[in-house]
Amino acid sequence: MSAEGMNPQKDPLHPQVQPPTDESARGQDGQRLQHAEGASKPVRAPAAREAQPRGAKIRGDRPIDQAEAAERFIAAPLHQAAHDARLWDVRKKRDAATQAIPEWEELRELASQIKTHTLANLDTYLEQFEAAAKANGVHVHWAADGAEHNRIVHGILRDHGAKTLIKSKSMLTEECGFRHYMAANGIDIIETDLGERIQQLDDEEPSHVVMPAVHKTRIDVAEVFARTLGTDPTNDDAHYLAESQRVTTRPLILQADAGMTGCNFAIAETGTVVTCTNEGNADLSGNVPKLQIHSIGIEKLIPRIEHLGVFIRVLARSALGSTITQYTSHFRAPRKGTEMHMVLVDNGRSARLGMEEFWTSLKCIRCGACMNTCPVYRRSGGLSYGATYSGPIGLIIDPTFNKRKYSTLPFSSTMNGSCTNVCPVKINIHEQIFAWRKVLAEEHQIPLLKQGMMKAAGAVLSRPAAYRAAIGAADSALKALPRFAVYNPANTWGKKREMPETPKQSFHAWYKQNRMKGGAK
Amino acid sequence: MRVGLFVPCYVDAFEPEVGIATLELLERFGLKVEYPYDQTCCGQPMTNTGCHAEAAATEALFVKNFSGFDYIVAPSGSCVHQVREHLTAIPQTEEVKAVRSRTFELVEFLHDVLKIEELPWAEFPHRVAYHNNCNSLRGIHHARPSELNKPFFSKPLDLLKKVKGIEIVDLARPDECCGFGGTFSVFEPAVSAKMGYDKVTDQSKAGADYVVSADSSCLMHQKGCAERLGLPTKYIHIAQVLNGAAA
Repeated sequence: MSAEGMNPQKDPLHPQVQPPTDESARGQDGQRLQHAEGASKPVRAPAAREAQPRGAKIRGDRPIDQAEAAERFIAAPLHQAAHDARLWDVRKKRDAATQAIPEWEELRELASQIKTHTLANLDTYLEQFEAAAKANGVHVHWAADGAEHNRIVHGILRDHGAKTLIKSKSMLTEECGFRHYMAANGIDIIETDLGERIQQLDDEEPSHVVMPAVHKTRIDVAEVFARTLGTDPTNDDAHYLAESQRVTTRPLILQADAGMTGCNFAIAETGTVVTCTNEGNADLSGNVPKLQIHSIGIEKLIPRIEHLGVFIRVLARSALGSTITQYTSHFRAPRKGTEMHMVLVDNGRSARLGMEEFWTSLKCIRCGACMNTCPVYRRSGGLSYGATYSGPIGLIIDPTFNKRKYSTLPFSSTMNGSCTNVCPVKINIHEQIFAWRKVLAEEHQIPLLKQGMMKAAGAVLSRPAAYRAAIGAADSALKALPRFAVYNPANTWGKKREMPETPKQSFHAWYKQNRMKGGAK
Repeated sequence: MRVGLFVPCYVDAFEPEVGIATLELLERFGLKVEYPYDQTCCGQPMTNTGCHAEAAATEALFVKNFSGFDYIVAPSGSCVHQVREHLTAIPQTEEVKAVRSRTFELVEFLHDVLKIEELPWAEFPHRVAYHNNCNSLRGIHHARPSELNKPFFSKPLDLLKKVKGIEIVDLARPDECCGFGGTFSVFEPAVSAKMGYDKVTDQSKAGADYVVSADSSCLMHQKGCAERLGLPTKYIHIAQVLNGAAA
């Protein structure tokens, strides 16, 4: 264990990394460097220890209780505060980066139009992509669902006698339950994205599409690494932890039998897979082993290389508030003496493409901006959603995978609309959340109690006399405003907030008394 | 010009002075304002929960009450957003469409329709944080949301600037939702309250004596949160400030 004996106080591993107070790290324009993590205000790990709150309880297909998991996250105030502060910081950087270019809103519109066009002609572009990739000497596979994807990749590995696989972060493989499938089939997987590696070592799903371990503090990571890599459990210095992971993972990367990446953009005209990372880990995964596999969700297509620039410009600005990711890597053809496979995965996408109100969710480029801006997400933690995709985009995608299990998620929103405004491809996220609620209510996928309450509320609110009688009983049940809460025996309003005072008379009574003298109906 | 006053249910029951201020303010501009006596609610609690069928009768009643007016004015961005964007559980007849398109929130009615220039009676010598209700901000476009790279504008702040003595303070997170969210406040109480606590803490840190908003529902939630945290911040509807409330 080469991490042993390191003392970050005496022997800084990276003396070139300046503390956040250092003002020397300025770019040519005199501004402090604004590259991704380098510019982020490090959120200090809390001095006091607090157990990491875990995610939603998964009980088969039973609806996820996001509210319950979120309540536990909030009950861990150090984690919640660090999580909220970290993501709000990213949201502010995103604002600054987008306001720095006058054409930002045009870029969003352009990105949206390119995606809309591609999705409307997806069959054509997929065939074009396949033909181009084959011409490049790539083996192209098609997978209808996650299970088929896993079988195909396992088959490729088996054919080559590969036992170890290094891979970069991919939400698609999370969708497919890839890691669990491969573990059950005796394949060792090593995640090469640091955050994803942390989550893998802790046997936990990623909580965020860009920052998989953002819900963890440094102390949590120190605990995980101590348990799994043998590091000093009392040392939570970020450089020590990152270096320890690097030292233990590098040999595994160099010796791996096969490598795998996801895909940010797949270019139809050239058959190229483009990945965007800040750690260069997709390059390691793709370029080190002699066998490389790229898993591609079919919605990742864009028509031509000239369109890529639009997305490169919006992706990193939206995701982290940086102008560009550190690495934008193009994988097109196998290197000499190696083999390259691409797996095009549907897994519910073509069905979603046929959903009139929800198909534009396929425009998503997985930047995570909607999560960072979401006030509910920041206070709940991504694992509270109990699904591959959390936050606003998750609320509208997850029910397409399992309507019953994720029936509660579209209600974990105040529909404030900030998500829609930050979306770089202009998905009307909050309107789709609203639309999902309607679909779920119509299909009776919402709790009977809730629907019953709404039926009762509708009955009162549509009958002036009944409504007046309810308002008149001002010191009884109606104290529990909002009025729909009248039907809620638990009085969840009053537990956390003071109740509004009941006024002497309603507006209606005032109007009758003051404006309708003698004339009241 | 026939102007109908819509007083949302929670204003009717809990903030009658907001309804009174709205009525008096409109009358100050020489309007003859009618109050349809059988009005109840816009249907929002039901539609926000996905229960459109359950909202249909309430929506039909709303249209019946407000049909025939040139303008329907309400002191609530959230309810106006519901009427304009989501009153769809009933057949969209010409009558329904007319009512929907003629429904205005008070601030936009004063700012865009009446285009008022001065409020000589209004004086509010206090430090004020303005709360943009999310539906007012992003749904009916009261102001430029902070997410967009577009020129700044704010209709409520334009109006408040006409009030003597008022001082506007800036929040650290100006457009952050306060967590009310209609039925969300009841079904997700922990997150809702935490958002509320953070919001009222931000207002307090900004040095606000008063928080002013165009939506009573957010104010009611924030007031409940501030009182629970023991903060002295006071909450008042913009209709009252514009109508010359002395606080």
